[in-house]
Amino acid sequence: MKVLCGIGGSDDSLRALDRTVDRAAVADDDLTVAVVENEDSSVAPEDVMQRARDAIDDAGIDADVRRVEGDPGSRLIEIAEREAFEEIVLGGGHTSPMGKITIGPIAEFVLLNAKTSVTLVR
Amino acid sequence: MSDRRYPDAAAGDFPAPPTEFTDREDRTVEIRPYDGNETAYESLVAMYDAFDPADRAQGIPPGGEERIREWLDAILAGDCHNVIAWCGDEVAGHATLVPDGDAYELAIFVHQEYQRAGIGTHLIRGLLGHGQAEGVEKVWLTVERWNRAAVSLYKKIGFETSDAESFELEMGLRLNEGDGDGEDNESGRGDESGQGDESGEDET
Repeated sequence: MKVLCGIGGSDDSLRALDRTVDRAAVADDDLTVAVVENEDSSVAPEDVMQRARDAIDDAGIDADVRRVEGDPGSRLIEIAEREAFEEIVLGGGHTSPMGKITIGPIAEFVLLNAKTSVTLVR
Repeated sequence: MSDRRYPDAAAGDFPAPPTEFTDREDRTVEIRPYDGNETAYESLVAMYDAFDPADRAQGIPPGGEERIREWLDAILAGDCHNVIAWCGDEVAGHATLVPDGDAYELAIFVHQEYQRAGIGTHLIRGLLGHGQAEGVEKVWLTVERWNRAAVSLYKKIGFETSDAESFELEMGLRLNEGDGDGEDNESGRGDESGQGDESGEDET
């Protein structure tokens, strides 16, 4: 399957990255990792890109890692549509000290607007 | 997480537990701080184990005894503030303040058999009274925006919306004056508030 994994560097997005890479290795997915600008993330995009490349190398798969500028949600959807991706994978949300899960604006936008299936990784 | 907004003025005084009242079903209910004893802990586990999954909010309480215990261990830790609504030796509800930087995150749960009897209102006021006594200054929470009953309860208590941009509404309350702003109260006044008990989950 042709999978687009969007990550910004938050903890939940990195968990989504690792899970998606692992799955791609098993399922032979055609994976692209898009590093988006997440203002809630404290990790620099360059570091997130490197983190993604490391995960891909560790899994021994071949996957594209690219930097995506601009509004994350709409850019992810645009890429998915233009390049005929079949699934978008995102982090499953921020967990508060209480343990409450909050879904961020990027995931909300993608969920509501994507034509593909969207997976939120828990 | 640190740029949450709170009302300028502190809320009025809330009653510090232990307190006792009769709910709308004529049951005697006592609000007491959680004292860490094992019986209380196990009673809490029992309440959450029997908690209606339909009343979960944003992933809590978790399902299954093992995950319930893990979650409780985190929110009953020494730096958290917890109060329990007791009906005899059964837990009717539980409310908690969990530290988050210089503020506390609030959640409240009322078991489905005890909902819509006014317990949630007493419970949250008891928690805030306990927090006030413990010197807590700022409290925030999130609530699913469709949960109107819970939202109106929080408003009545004095919470103000601090972020309406996402799926969940975020609200804040100032409990004690910390850093010299604010004047006297503004909310918190009349107790009572009949309803207040909406759905069970989170929020009363």
